[in-house]
Amino acid sequence: MTRNIPVSLEINGDPHDLRVALSDSILDVLRDQLQLTGAKRGCNQGVCGACTVLVDGRAVRGCLTNAAACEGEAVTTVEGLAEGLTLHPVQEAFVEAGAMQCGFCTPGMVLATAALLSENPTASREDVVQALSSNLCRCSGYQVIIDAALAALETGVEIGGEAGA
Amino acid sequence: MSKLEARVGIRMPRVDAPETVAGEAMYTDDFYLPGMLFGAVHGSPIAHGRILSIDTSEAEAVTGVKAVITGRDYNHVLAGPFIKDETMFATDRVRYVGEPVAAVAATTPEAAREAASLIEVEYEDLPAVLSIDEALAEDAPVLHEDLASYFCTFEGKGTGNTLCAGDLTEGDVDAAWAECDVIVEQTYETGAQHHLYMEPSGAVAEPDRQGKVTIWSSLQSISLAQQRVAEWVNIPMAKVRMVAPRIGGGFGGKGNAHFQPAAAALALKTGRPVKLMLTRSEDFEMMRSRHPSRVHMKTGAKADGTLVAREFEVILDCGAYADDSPGVVSVAVLMGRGPYRIPNIRARGVGVYTNKLKAGAYRGYGNPQVSFAAEQQLDELAEKLGMDPVDLRLKNTMNDGDRWLGGQPVAVSSAAKCLETARDAATAAPALPDAGPDRKRGLGYALFSAPHGLLSTAANVALRTDGSIAVATGAVDIGQGSDTILQQIVADALKLDLDQISFASQDTDSSPYDWKTAASRVTYMAGQACLNAAIEAREKILVHASDLMEVAPGDLELRDGGKVGIVGIPEKEITFGMIAGRAHYQTGGPVVGASEIMFETPAVDPAVAQSKGLAFSKVGAYSFGAHAVEVEVDEVTGEVEVLRAWCVHDVGRAINPAMVDGQVIGGFVQGLGYALLEEMVWDPDDGRLANPTLMDYKIPTAREMPEIHSIILETPFGDGPHGARGVGEPPIVGAPVAIANAIANAIGKRPTVMPMKPERILDLLDGESA
Repeated sequence: MTRNIPVSLEINGDPHDLRVALSDSILDVLRDQLQLTGAKRGCNQGVCGACTVLVDGRAVRGCLTNAAACEGEAVTTVEGLAEGLTLHPVQEAFVEAGAMQCGFCTPGMVLATAALLSENPTASREDVVQALSSNLCRCSGYQVIIDAALAALETGVEIGGEAGA
Repeated sequence: MSKLEARVGIRMPRVDAPETVAGEAMYTDDFYLPGMLFGAVHGSPIAHGRILSIDTSEAEAVTGVKAVITGRDYNHVLAGPFIKDETMFATDRVRYVGEPVAAVAATTPEAAREAASLIEVEYEDLPAVLSIDEALAEDAPVLHEDLASYFCTFEGKGTGNTLCAGDLTEGDVDAAWAECDVIVEQTYETGAQHHLYMEPSGAVAEPDRQGKVTIWSSLQSISLAQQRVAEWVNIPMAKVRMVAPRIGGGFGGKGNAHFQPAAAALALKTGRPVKLMLTRSEDFEMMRSRHPSRVHMKTGAKADGTLVAREFEVILDCGAYADDSPGVVSVAVLMGRGPYRIPNIRARGVGVYTNKLKAGAYRGYGNPQVSFAAEQQLDELAEKLGMDPVDLRLKNTMNDGDRWLGGQPVAVSSAAKCLETARDAATAAPALPDAGPDRKRGLGYALFSAPHGLLSTAANVALRTDGSIAVATGAVDIGQGSDTILQQIVADALKLDLDQISFASQDTDSSPYDWKTAASRVTYMAGQACLNAAIEAREKILVHASDLMEVAPGDLELRDGGKVGIVGIPEKEITFGMIAGRAHYQTGGPVVGASEIMFETPAVDPAVAQSKGLAFSKVGAYSFGAHAVEVEVDEVTGEVEVLRAWCVHDVGRAINPAMVDGQVIGGFVQGLGYALLEEMVWDPDDGRLANPTLMDYKIPTAREMPEIHSIILETPFGDGPHGARGVGEPPIVGAPVAIANAIANAIGKRPTVMPMKPERILDLLDGESA
């Protein structure tokens, strides 16, 4: 497999000039080329959501998103949410609510929540359930994750912004 | 009690939560080592056949391939926890679709997969058996013709396709039927559930020039995986170092070894690190499942509801290799009476080989299957007797000091309290708005128990030179939070803050032995070991303090933050650091507390019960729980929606109630999936798993989640740390059968086959047998 397609991406705020294969997903590039391993390979089929990343602020499946097609886009992975040692408020909300067990789905859940909050800051519980229902968790039974997302909503977080309201 | 209570019994976040939300927790697949190769496995395409030849030449010719290994490169070492019947790779015969035949290491994952697909294996097809009936048919092809010669750890090895059979009898069942006024008898079947931990299985292995291999792998036991690598790769355990990275869930599926030996073999052969990760579909086809079961059960009672007799046979479909099956069969037998007094019992448990993926340990371990029958029979009896199903249960629940089936004493039984609490909660809840047309509501109960304990563990607690504390245990945190809970226990014993404790990652080079994260045992067993070790360290600390301060140890007390003071004199105190300085540099030597424990109480008392052929002689202590579940059944579509659940679990003492809730709610939802959605289906024509993807194998999402109330009871119990009991498995024992009872309550017909999928519910409603 030849990696001969040049792609310029902004990943977590930093510019990257990469060469990718036509078949590479953004998940392949993030993990295998850049060792940004926060996005997980849970099913590689677009079902589990563990590979969720933000492309121009929108939550997408990293495993289904063609890397070459992302030319010029801004990609945010879970590693890009925290400001240095300060966790993003959504991450804080997940810690406080104990919204994880094994943690393998957590990066995807955190990013799906962050995307929801920036798209719909007044999301209801129903909206949260709907938004997170495409991310699978096998340990928690989801209740704590929904609680964490609702808590993050209450603080009025926006992706890339500060906690306010 | 000052801060003592602030360390145990509080809802504190997991110690590893920040790195988890930051995406920095290192799982197996997150290791990228310099010069690392990628592994791939070639699995059998057929369900049963003889291997005539294996040609690896085309695979070896693929650019980037560094090694191709088959079973013929290794001694034919048979291994297994109860019956040694399995090799690293199939050499002469394959027994299920997906069974590993060869493995490849190459410079890229693509090259490895291409090479694996180019391995040419010539097979002679053999007829396959894909069900219990086919396996037990008189003329059935036999999977393991050498079964008689296999090493076996217990007395119940079977013949033909029966890999194990065991019996347990109490009282006189045949005579007892005459005393019964009502008898119910039914056959129940349950399907194969996949663990579906979110992290697929795999291993990263790195060799060194001393012939030692270090392996990071998603697992539930560093010790068992280490042992299996040594057996299959044929090197001493001294040359195998197993390290636990972060684990993305297990639920039993990663309890015994899986692909650690193959990764180690590739690494040792190439001299380079090798990462071998299964794809999701490979994980479905090559790991393990929950045992499909058939349970025939008959229960009789007197007109006043007194339970008199029960006879049951549980047959588990074990797949192609024994793995944990004999243990699962034993537990199914021991759990078949439930937490009730029934004086006359005859039980039989059987495990059979079939040409399918091996079944293994899965949360509940035979208990959910047999409880699906047992707890429905109580509802069936209640209906015949005209009694309330909860009252019938309460009339027969075991009390303090009663004996479990087999004769093990149960010092403390909170069975009745659990059930009463569940009923009170369910009946006190406000009724929901009316269901729509064609929708029927029902409420169902289950009362259950599960053993926790099993085998041995150890822990060390050491004082460091600055007065901080180092804790080491071999018990792996697979997501349930034991790293946090064990630190809470030690912090409490030594009156420390958690940041004064260094908790070692589990590593066979340095960690004390632990058998496995399984059997709901880590808080109960490793928690005891950590507490004992901390207490021993505390005693030594107090002796040093006594010498230093020239006061009797009895006049000393621990003070918060790592200090020892004289009782009643606040200003007289010294720090752990001062004590450590004396111990390390002046007298006595480093302060270390150590504890080794084993669960020793036999499950079967020959004075009470006659048993033969059970694989386990000791299983653990028993804890109790009760679920009340409200469902709504759509009579047009057959769909079942779980609306509300009240899940009561007596955990003795909740060291961290948030984590207890996590086990209860997570376990309930996994049980909901088992009850209604999840079933691995094998094609009857070719034995291929028909749904090895998340597209086709559905688990509950946030949308299926009902309103779940976790209600924690704390009846202190004997030897657990602070009286704590295990809670990992009980929730999935109760959920499916409480749902079944609720469905029967809603539609007036009883589901006997699980999962209770819409088509089965429609068949029931149409009057056909489900």
